[in-house]
Amino acid sequence: MREVAVIGVGLTKVGHLFSESLRSLFSRAVRGALEDAGNPKIEALYVGNMSAGQFNNQENIAALLSDFAGLNGIPATRIEEGCGSGAAAIYNGYKAVASGVHDFVIVGGVEKMMDTTANDATSIISTVTDQEYEAFLGLSLVGINAMVMRLYMNTFGVDREPFAKFSVQMHDNASKNPYAQFPFKTSLDKAMNSNPVADPIHLMDCAPLGDGAAALVLCPKEYAKNFTSKPVEIIGAGHGMDNFIFHTREDFLSLKATRDAAREAYRMAGITPDEVDVVELHDAFSITAFLSIEDLGFVEKGAAGQIVDEGLIALDGTLPVNPSGGLKARGHPIGATGVYQMAEIVLQLRGEAGARQVPGAEIGLTNNISGFGASSYVHILRV
Amino acid sequence: MQVSKFWRELPQRYRLEGKKCVHCGKVCFPPRDICPSCGSDDMIKVNLPKRGKIVTYTVMYTAPANFEIFKPYIIALVQLEDGTHLTTQLTDCRPDNIDIGMDVEAVIRKINEDGRDGIIYYAYKFRPVLKRAEKKLN
Amino acid sequence: MKPSQPVGIIGWGAYIPQYRIKVNTIAQVWGAQTERYTEGLGIEEKAVAGPDEDTITIAIEAAQNALKRAQIEPKEIGAVLSGSESPPYAVKPTGCTVAEVIGATPNILAADLEFACKAGTEGIQFCMGLVSSGMIKYGMAIGADVAQSAPGDDLEYAAAAGGAAFIIGKLDSNAAAAINASTSYVTDTPDFWRRSEQPYPKHGGVFTGQSYFHHIINAGQQLMQELGMKPKDFQYAIFHQPNGKFPEKAARELGFTSEQTRVGMLVGRIGNTYSGCIPLGLSAVLEAAKPGDNIFVVSYGSGAGSDAFHITALDAIENKRELAPTVQDYIERKEYVGYACYAKWRKMIIGLETKR
Repeated sequence: MREVAVIGVGLTKVGHLFSESLRSLFSRAVRGALEDAGNPKIEALYVGNMSAGQFNNQENIAALLSDFAGLNGIPATRIEEGCGSGAAAIYNGYKAVASGVHDFVIVGGVEKMMDTTANDATSIISTVTDQEYEAFLGLSLVGINAMVMRLYMNTFGVDREPFAKFSVQMHDNASKNPYAQFPFKTSLDKAMNSNPVADPIHLMDCAPLGDGAAALVLCPKEYAKNFTSKPVEIIGAGHGMDNFIFHTREDFLSLKATRDAAREAYRMAGITPDEVDVVELHDAFSITAFLSIEDLGFVEKGAAGQIVDEGLIALDGTLPVNPSGGLKARGHPIGATGVYQMAEIVLQLRGEAGARQVPGAEIGLTNNISGFGASSYVHILRV
Repeated sequence: MQVSKFWRELPQRYRLEGKKCVHCGKVCFPPRDICPSCGSDDMIKVNLPKRGKIVTYTVMYTAPANFEIFKPYIIALVQLEDGTHLTTQLTDCRPDNIDIGMDVEAVIRKINEDGRDGIIYYAYKFRPVLKRAEKKLN
Repeated sequence: MKPSQPVGIIGWGAYIPQYRIKVNTIAQVWGAQTERYTEGLGIEEKAVAGPDEDTITIAIEAAQNALKRAQIEPKEIGAVLSGSESPPYAVKPTGCTVAEVIGATPNILAADLEFACKAGTEGIQFCMGLVSSGMIKYGMAIGADVAQSAPGDDLEYAAAAGGAAFIIGKLDSNAAAAINASTSYVTDTPDFWRRSEQPYPKHGGVFTGQSYFHHIINAGQQLMQELGMKPKDFQYAIFHQPNGKFPEKAARELGFTSEQTRVGMLVGRIGNTYSGCIPLGLSAVLEAAKPGDNIFVVSYGSGAGSDAFHITALDAIENKRELAPTVQDYIERKEYVGYACYAKWRKMIIGLETKR
C-alpha cells in the first residue's frame, strides 16, 4: 500500500447558483483543483453525487461530467452513497492510488439541487430514508434527527440552548469563509427563536439547501513534493455501516457506522482522538453534530453539549469544529459535502485558511455521513 | 402510480406481519429473508403485537411533498410489547397530550392518496390506548 | 322473513371518531339559530371524521371489534358486506380492504351495498340468508359512513361519521343474540338522493319526513303483525335517527315509549351517522341488554325503504360486552374542532387536495 497525498484543491462558492449547471459547477471545481496542483496528467475521476437523476433528471453523469470538465476519455465513475457520496468518492480514489492502480486521480463531488423547489428538494433528500417504512409514513430525514434530538435531550437532560450555540459558532466561522453559503454571523436569540421544522429541531438547527462542487487531486506521497511544498497526506481512512432503517438500530443515540469508521481510521493513522487538531464533521442537523463529536471519540456520550456550551469548539478552542462553517453555514451541496470537508482540512493543514485558520493545525479529521448514519466515512490527514 | 409497490407491502401495512428467525429468535419488522443477527435464512411469519410504548417522537411542521395538508403531524419511534421497534405516525392525539413512555395501540388509517383519482394508501398508525368510559350508557 | 335455520349475532363492534363539532359552531358560521337544531332537532353535536379517517377505516375498526367479541378465526368468515353512502371508491369495495386487514381473505365473498342510510341493515339480511342456507359459516355486515351534506344545508347539522359491524352465524352457545325475523318495506320514493358525480345529496325537505314515517311505520307494523307481537313485548326499540325528533314520533305512532328508545338513541350526541346509525344504535342496545330482552329495530334508507328486525339477547351477551371498546367508550372520547378545521378536513376548501 502506498501513502497518498492531496496536492490540489478546487471549490466553488456554495449557494443558490442559478447561473450554474451541474456540469458548469463541476467543471469549475476540477479546473480549480488542477490549477492548484500544477496541472498533473490525470488518470481517473471519481465523482460523488447523491441524486442528479432526481434533481436534474440526468443519469450517467460520470461520463457527462468528465467530458465537460475537460477530462475526455479518462476513466470516470460516479459514486452514490447518499449524503456521504463525497467521502465515498474520496475513499475510492484513495484506494485506487494506494493500491497502485492509478497515480494521479481527481476525486470530487457536485450537487445541483436548486433547479427544484425547496419542498421537492427536501423530498428528494428524504429518498435516503426507507421509502416503504419511513418516507411512506410521512417521515423525512429531519424527522429522524428530531426524534433523536428529543430522546437525547430527555436522556441526558440537555435543553435546546447548546444546540443553538453550535449553530451560532458555525455562522461565526463561515463569516470568515469566502466559499460559504451564509458568510455572516448570527445570534443565539435568532437561533433559539427560528421556526420549528420538526420539533424540537428549528430552522437554525438545519443545514440549508444549496448548489456546489469541490474537487481534490490525489497522488502517491512520493510524487507530491514535485507539485506542492505542502503535501497533505491521508494517513487514515475508515468506512463504517449500520442497519439501514433507524428503528432497527441497536442504539438510537449513537452512530455505530461512525464509531466503526473512526476506529479503523485512528488505527490506520496510529493516533488517538486527542491528537486531532481540527475536525470537519457532518452537521446536517445540530444533533447530528453532537452525536458525531461523541462517536468520533472526542467526548463521552451525552457530553457534546457541554463542550459546545463552554465554547471549546471555537477556532481557538481545544477542539475546533467545522472552521469552514460546517454544513450549517458553509452549506451542504449533498454529493459534494464530503469533498468540501476534506478541502477545508487540507487548507487548514497547509496554513492557507486565512481569517478562519486554526493555529498550528497539523492533524485533521473529516467525517461524512449518509442518511442518519446508515454509513459513515472518517478520513484523517496530516501535513 | 405505483400500485404494485403499495400492494406488495399490504401484509405489513394492514396486519403488522413481521418475520422471526427460527434459529436465534430475532424478530424483524419489516420482514426479511436473512436474519440480520445470525445470518440464518430460516425465517417464519409472525404477527407483531399491536400495543407498545412511545420511545421518542417529533412534530412535523414542515412536511415532505404530499403530506402538507396533514401538518402538523406526529411521527414516533414505538417499541412494541415484544421489544420490536417501528416507526409510525401517531393519531388521535396532540403534541401537548403525548409523552415518551406513553402506551399506544395500532389502528389502520389513511396515510395518503395519489391525488383525487389515484389509490388510497392505508396503513398502521398508533394512538394513545383508548380509555374505557367511567359509567354505563343506561 | 324467517331464516330456515336459526341465526344470531356472534359478535358486534362499533367505531366513532373522536372529533366533535357543536351544532352551535355550525350555526354561527351560517347565521342560523342554534335552537332550531338543538331544540328543534334534538342534536347538540356530531361526530367528525379526522383527516386520516374515512368509511374504510371506520369499517375496519368496527370489524376488528366485532371479531374480538365473536372470538372466531377470521378465516371462518365467508362474507363481508359493507354498506355505506360514502365509500371512498365508487369502484373498489370497502369489503375487500376490511377482509384483507382482518385476515379473512382469500376464501371470502365481498361486496359493497348502497341504500342510503339502511345499507348497513341490508347486509345483516343477506348474511342471515347466506348463513342459514349453509353457504357460509359466518358473515359480516357493516354499516359505516362519513356522511356528506352540502355546506349550510340543514343536513350539515346532523350528517356525522361512524359505523358498526355484526358477525352473523348459526345460533349456538356463542351467539350473543338471536335474529328471529326480518321484514323489509321498499318503494320508489325520491325523498333524498345523490347523483353519481355529485359530492352532496339533495333532498325534498319536508317530503323526506313523510317518506320516513311511511316506511318505518309500515315496516314496523308489518313485522309485529307477522310475529304476532305488541310493542310492550319489547324491552328496546331502535329507529333510524336523522334527528332526535323523528324517531321519537315514529316510536309513539307505533306504540313504543321513550324509555324503550332511550339506550339506542345516539343522534343527540353524535349526529346521524347514516348507514352507521342503526348499527351503532343496535350496538349500544346489545351492550346494555340482558339475556331474554327483546329488541325491535327499524332502519330507514331514502329512495326508499325500511328493514325491521326482531332480535333477542342471549346468555352469551354478558361476557362479550367488555371484550372490545363499547359505544359508550367511543362517545365519551371527544375533542372539539372549529368550523375551519372541519371544512379543511371535509375538503370543502376549493383546490385542497394532494397533488402528484
